[in-house]
Amino acid sequence: MTLVPKRGATFRDPRRQGATKINDMDVLDLARWQFGITTVYHFFFVPITLGLVWFVAGFQTAWYITGKEKYLKLTKFFGKLFLINFAMGVVTGIVQEFQFGMNWSEYSRFVGDVFGAPLAMEGLLAFFLESTFLGLWIFGWDRLPKKLHLATIWAAAVGTLLSAYFILAANSWMQHPVGYDIDPETGRAVLNSISAVLFQNTAVMAFLHTMTASFLIAGTGVAVVGAWFMTKNRNVDVFRTAVKAGAVVTLIAAVGVSITGDMFSKIMVEQQPMKMAAAEGLYETTTNAPFSILTIGDISGDSATPIIEVPGLLSFLSTGDFNGTVQGINNLQAAYQSQYGPGDFVPYVPVSYWSFRLMIGLGMLGVAWALWALWRYRGGRNPQKGAVFKYSTYFVLLGPLLAASFGWIFTEMGRQPWIVFGEQLTADAVSPLTTATEVWISLIGFTLVYAILAVIEVGLLLKYIKAGPPEDVIADPYDDSQKTDDPQLYFAY
Amino acid sequence: MDLVTVWFILIAVLWIGYFILDGFDLGVGVLLPVIGRDDLRRRVMINTIGPVWDGNEVWLLVAGGATFAAFPLWYATMFSGFYLAFFVLLLALIMRGVAFEYRGKKDSASWRSRWDIAIFVGSVLPAFLFGVAFGNVIGGTAIQPLEGTDPANAGNFNYVGNFFDLLNPFSIALGVMTLLVFTTHGAIFLALKSSGEVREAARGVALKLGIVAALSAVVALLWAQAFSGRVAWTLPMVLIAAVLFLGALFMTFKNRDGWAFLLTSGTILFAVASLFVGLFPNVMISTVDPAFNLTVYNASSQEYTLTVMTWVAVIMTPIVVMYQGWTYWIFRKRISTSMIPPQAAPGRSDDRFAASK
Repeated sequence: MTLVPKRGATFRDPRRQGATKINDMDVLDLARWQFGITTVYHFFFVPITLGLVWFVAGFQTAWYITGKEKYLKLTKFFGKLFLINFAMGVVTGIVQEFQFGMNWSEYSRFVGDVFGAPLAMEGLLAFFLESTFLGLWIFGWDRLPKKLHLATIWAAAVGTLLSAYFILAANSWMQHPVGYDIDPETGRAVLNSISAVLFQNTAVMAFLHTMTASFLIAGTGVAVVGAWFMTKNRNVDVFRTAVKAGAVVTLIAAVGVSITGDMFSKIMVEQQPMKMAAAEGLYETTTNAPFSILTIGDISGDSATPIIEVPGLLSFLSTGDFNGTVQGINNLQAAYQSQYGPGDFVPYVPVSYWSFRLMIGLGMLGVAWALWALWRYRGGRNPQKGAVFKYSTYFVLLGPLLAASFGWIFTEMGRQPWIVFGEQLTADAVSPLTTATEVWISLIGFTLVYAILAVIEVGLLLKYIKAGPPEDVIADPYDDSQKTDDPQLYFAY
Repeated sequence: MDLVTVWFILIAVLWIGYFILDGFDLGVGVLLPVIGRDDLRRRVMINTIGPVWDGNEVWLLVAGGATFAAFPLWYATMFSGFYLAFFVLLLALIMRGVAFEYRGKKDSASWRSRWDIAIFVGSVLPAFLFGVAFGNVIGGTAIQPLEGTDPANAGNFNYVGNFFDLLNPFSIALGVMTLLVFTTHGAIFLALKSSGEVREAARGVALKLGIVAALSAVVALLWAQAFSGRVAWTLPMVLIAAVLFLGALFMTFKNRDGWAFLLTSGTILFAVASLFVGLFPNVMISTVDPAFNLTVYNASSQEYTLTVMTWVAVIMTPIVVMYQGWTYWIFRKRISTSMIPPQAAPGRSDDRFAASK
């Protein structure tokens, strides 16, 4: 028997950070790029699903209670957009579940005992619920009584909520591992408390922050689409409701995102101080630390040159006290070296710094726009002037969505070089025998297919938005189908 | 019974559930260009599986997730080892899933025919690849520890072969079997769920293709006995599967569609169960050295995780089966070409409303 050499021997120093030229990208870099691309892409659809499903359920409930046709039209209109988006979320999600084993088999071995549990629970409790009940909702208009049909969209919505919770609990364990021991024989993590994994403050806060952000994204989306119709003077009575609902949800969600974001960052300062220090480009431990808004120069150097900063604000945000002490990158690096041995424990600072700011800034853009929209359409107004507002509708949609992407880039890149903070390095997690050729093939394959699907999906969304809501709607197709033999299906693919 | 055995059985149950359920909708996808001669027939076919295919596919996701949770070393070795096969499988499932939702979203023949190709290819490849994957799991692959792996770290084995080693005669035989059996299963489901010309065509395909599928299954499953750890159990199971399959064809011939579908479901149950029974207690066979077999003992999670997951599975699985079963009851009506409304188009009035005007 010949043993295959472990790649680690000829491997580059796994703790090396920074940019790599394309031609010497190795399996680790490729696998990271693939995870980054597929995950950021997947998460374009996820927050829309997480937020929009409640709008659809809400509109349908409003219709059920009031019987007003405009609510049914809104249900159908946004329901279509929701389904076009949902399909993409589902299929790109399958890649996520398989990718851990394909590219990150050492990670899977190390964490499976702990990490696999929330993943399997997500399937059993959430995926079945959302897919089955969405099937019933899509095809069930003429097969289910009104009330039961309404219940199916709520059940699907609960499914999306559970799904978010379990996967965020799993991710939170990578950020802040709890409830486990390391098996001395195998060196692998072994679960000892499922409740610690599921209910640790990191998981709860990640869930609340993600959900409020999703409501912000979906709220802005609904309001923007509604405003587009208002500026075109089309279906004004229907879409005034959409603008209001969307903008109000956006504003409430914005308050939630800010509060959870603030609480989350305080947790992070405790649990992953390096991530927050990198987010601020704060190299030296500082009391009364300023919050820098913009920086010039080489931020990845040993010190950054801030051009706009708010004195004391960082200390306040991190500790609740303007004179609080915030740890700097250099001090943390020294502390980690004495704890974990030699190595570079600093994430790539420019990415952390800018993604953190883009997350906040782009999210705020949606909030500001929602306020503007509410003011513009107050008290039954529908002014037709104002080109800036009209064109802003095309751009505002993307702001909060990209903010969420930057939020994930921040939290995942800020954890580097760890894949499981303090326990496993990303470089040690990659599949040992997967070849660069294999990962190149899958990386190019997924990216190409995803790009094509993105074009198709956006095209369909725009087409369905432009077409507007259905002109006539049947109030209760279920009733009708009881009377005729062999009726046409109310809905068919 | 120890917990690892319970979990081996549960994973077998998940795969059996997946193959029975997604098996028929993959089969309907394979038959799309065969039975769906025109757009109306294709729409009948797609709508027989429309409300349920996504829920069926979740069985695969849960089988994957459960393998990760209960047997992480199995999950890690299999998914990293069969890398390109899983990549192709993923692309197929992506295209197929999007196709169902998007196909009817534009009133254009070329648009629909492109998605029809996606549904066909996206159904053929998984139906074939699952058999190939199982063939490699039970037939064995080059799995061994890496140099420098601590011997105490039992079960940390990696696949050292390449993609083309996975396409060996035995695994291809199993792949052909799953492709043909799922397609027959799909034809029988289609016969059960449609009426008129689509049902007639589906019955015809089921009867003709069924004979070929039966032959391929007999060859592949008898071949599998060479790898079976307990032939005294698995050979009778294979025989039962064969009898049930012939019974299904007979019932199709007799126009008893419901019985035929139950019997092909039973066939899949016994056939897949025979593979798992023959494999136990291994979960992946090493052709390098039997000492490098992945087993339920060296690949599993620890007792606490398995206990937690057992509770979740024992409570949730019956609930899921109940509401999924209810969905099938809600959509029990047969579909015919006359029931298909005009193609939905953006902004159009509710279709039936428009048609009745």
